[in-house]
Amino acid sequence: MKFIARLTLFVCLLTAAVAVASPAPAPTNPAEELQRVDGEVGPYGGHLVIGQRSEPKTLNPVTATDAISREVIGRLTADLITVNRISQQTEPGLAKSWTTSADGRTFTLKLRKGIRFSDGYPFDADDVIFSFTVYLDEAVNSPQRDLLIIDDKPLAVNKVDQSTVRFTLPRPYAAAERIFDGLAMLPKHILEKPYREGRFAQTWTLNTAPAEVAGLGPFRVKEYLAGQRIVLERNPYYWKADHENHRLPYLDELVFLFVGSEDAQVMRFEAGETDMVSRLSAENFALLTREHTRTGSQLVDLGPSLEYNFLVFNLNDLGGKKLDATSEKQAWFRDLKFRQAVSAAIDRDSIVRLVYGSRGTALWGNVGPGNKLWVNQAIPHPQRSLDASRQLLKSAGFSWNKSGQLLDPSGRAVEFSIVTSSSNTQRMKMATLVQDDLSHLGMQVHVVPLDFRAMLDRVFQSFDYEAAIMGLGGGDPDPNPEMNVWLSSGATHLWHLGETQPASDWEREIDQLMQQQMITLNYEKRKRLYNRVQQLIAANVPFIFLATPNVLTGAKAQVGNFHPAVLEHYTLWNADQLYLRAETKGVERAGIR
Amino acid sequence: MRINTLVLLLALAILHLVVIFAGFIAPYGPSVQNRELPYAPPTRVHFVDTSGFHLRPFVYSQTLTLDSYKEDRTREYPLHLFARGETYTIVGIFRSNIHLFQVAEPPRIFLFGADGYGRDEFSRLLYGGQISLAAGILATLLSLAAGTIIGTISGYYGKWVDESLMGSAELFLSLPWFYFLIAVRAFLPLHLSPVETFLLLICVIGLIGWARPARLVRGVVLSARSRNFVSAARGFGASDLYLLRRHIFPETFGVLLTQAALLVPQYVAAEATLSFFGLGVSEPEPSWGNMLSTLQQYNVLVSYAWLLTPAAALVITSVIYWLLADALHSRLKSHSI
Repeated sequence: MKFIARLTLFVCLLTAAVAVASPAPAPTNPAEELQRVDGEVGPYGGHLVIGQRSEPKTLNPVTATDAISREVIGRLTADLITVNRISQQTEPGLAKSWTTSADGRTFTLKLRKGIRFSDGYPFDADDVIFSFTVYLDEAVNSPQRDLLIIDDKPLAVNKVDQSTVRFTLPRPYAAAERIFDGLAMLPKHILEKPYREGRFAQTWTLNTAPAEVAGLGPFRVKEYLAGQRIVLERNPYYWKADHENHRLPYLDELVFLFVGSEDAQVMRFEAGETDMVSRLSAENFALLTREHTRTGSQLVDLGPSLEYNFLVFNLNDLGGKKLDATSEKQAWFRDLKFRQAVSAAIDRDSIVRLVYGSRGTALWGNVGPGNKLWVNQAIPHPQRSLDASRQLLKSAGFSWNKSGQLLDPSGRAVEFSIVTSSSNTQRMKMATLVQDDLSHLGMQVHVVPLDFRAMLDRVFQSFDYEAAIMGLGGGDPDPNPEMNVWLSSGATHLWHLGETQPASDWEREIDQLMQQQMITLNYEKRKRLYNRVQQLIAANVPFIFLATPNVLTGAKAQVGNFHPAVLEHYTLWNADQLYLRAETKGVERAGIR
Repeated sequence: MRINTLVLLLALAILHLVVIFAGFIAPYGPSVQNRELPYAPPTRVHFVDTSGFHLRPFVYSQTLTLDSYKEDRTREYPLHLFARGETYTIVGIFRSNIHLFQVAEPPRIFLFGADGYGRDEFSRLLYGGQISLAAGILATLLSLAAGTIIGTISGYYGKWVDESLMGSAELFLSLPWFYFLIAVRAFLPLHLSPVETFLLLICVIGLIGWARPARLVRGVVLSARSRNFVSAARGFGASDLYLLRRHIFPETFGVLLTQAALLVPQYVAAEATLSFFGLGVSEPEPSWGNMLSTLQQYNVLVSYAWLLTPAAALVITSVIYWLLADALHSRLKSHSI
């Protein structure tokens, strides 16, 4: 008996030791220029568990490209100016204020004084200069580099004093302060050496010792267990405090479990093993809603996302590609009336109902109703009309044979295939619905599910496809990130890649408009330009827009300050303010410890 | 024992007839979508209403409200037997539009519920059975034919012919055929018509499976070859072909019949496996495998139990065939003793 009592005591002490292992927040100091944030004041403590579909690939903020790595890195790092995920407007981050020169080319940023990295080392202008040197270095090959190059010239960064930095752009650039969002500031004292030695890309992997990874985010790395989880603990020196002057974050730990798939994320959440899920599919959301009375979870439908799903026909130049069958079909795809007929025949309301369980919105343009600042309300939303489709096809010289098959002007039956990613059940479903819709026009459509990479290879490299259903967008609501889709030379100009000059007059006009909106600083004027772009896209149907899903998220009832947003990262953007209500604190949950 | 075999044969005949006459029995076409009725639960067939019992069964129309379906009890829709509906063909020859039962629209009758596109699961199950069972039977014939030829040659001629043929059989048996198929699919053109896919599927399943029947047939031939009456016939100057046809080949009948009863369910399941992973018959054509593939989604699996009916059909089919194989096997044993 005595032995058991001792053992119990030992176990209790051990758990207590684990519980206090996270560092307490450092006391706030008047010399620090902390940012005060609004929101509920929560208690300290607890760990929040999140299920991730797979492991992050890296912890290096400069080289990370995948959303899962960014989900973790975003909690470890901070940026100078940030886009508030709720208001979608810029607000101060590590820079407490900034001024813009009259010509819109020079930005002067005042940095917060007295703040420190998660290893206790102070942050100042030298770190900012170093960070931009790394981002701009071609050898590092950062995906963010493109944003910082305007007209083939990089933006210039100068240190004015230890807490002031000046950025000079080669020319005026609309919404330039938005480019700072997501650019993590790096600790020069840790990363300068590997950078000088040319080893930068290999630093901050998952296996780097936690003490060597330091950032300005609300959390820092505590441990990583390959294939299982990565645990982040409180950054005791974080630069934000609540309005009662408690230093954030409230949580002791943020635990990312690697669970494997969206379904697994949902199962873990249902079982109570995780506290939060971001981006649920409509079906899974409905499933959780049915159990809502039992679980009392907070399930939030944030309305339309910024993504757009679309059907695209292959309009690439296939000269010398040996794809004769496809290039013959391109005669149909190039015909505007054919594309308009396909668009008019698609029952978008059914897509919203069957694919998104009515938690989505039909689309007729690249900017959906979720993007309130930029959507062109004048874009028409024609009802589905097979008659209109038939009329269009007839006027383009198509006809029907006795068995109702559609024949092109030269008498060939219209038949094509749609490729889509087999792992995306929603797009697979869209493809099946489109197939059925178009069969009413006498078109024979085959749906070809392909592995995601194989599909991308066909769409971007070999051009060996006829039509594809894909999705784009979802990042920033601003028009600038859309440049690479709509500029005829853009890297994601999917329907016709590698155009050396615009293939049509309307593409030429879009090129001019997009370039012009980029250097226009006035919102009203930019809006007018972008409205015209949307109008041209809707009129010329390079993409046949289908629908956008709503952003659906969920968290346990105990999670406080849960304010999900339609922008990345949907639920964790305010991880520094999240807290756990008293009931669950200290409760050991299955699968964590 | 005898009755048992007869009962099983009868059950098998009914199963196949139901599937062959899918067009007549199924109320709807296999790919007709009812987009306002996704995941509709099985329609309840009523006999009793407020005014009492009715001999003619009836249904109510179902409407989707947010997340659940409700029966609209204001109007009853009686079932009509032998009523006209969609046109169909049976074995590609007989055209008709008379169905076993129909309900006047707007309501639909979904005996086994509907899938995510509002397609009738019952109709799809019957039509899907055509593909799944035909694939099983045809692939069995193919693999038995290949197996018999190779096995007979191997067993009859022996020596190096036997060694090399049985060696390659062993090789085939050890092939990780599922991964092999995935690799093969990657080299095929992007889209194949449903008929091409179907034929390809049969060839692939049938040809991969030749090794096991070949080994069995070889064994039987090997023992038959050295029987006294065979030696006697050879002594009278009978040719190889005559010996094989007249004396040796009939010995293999029993083994082949049992093998067939074992292989059919195995190949039906193989078709289902391939279609489940998207390597078989593609949408909108139904097969038991591709109908089950929606269950890969967790929410579908836990929410819509009626979509498991193809799995039940697979189990029933397999059990009948296996029992038959068992019955055949014991009959053969009692005969040979």
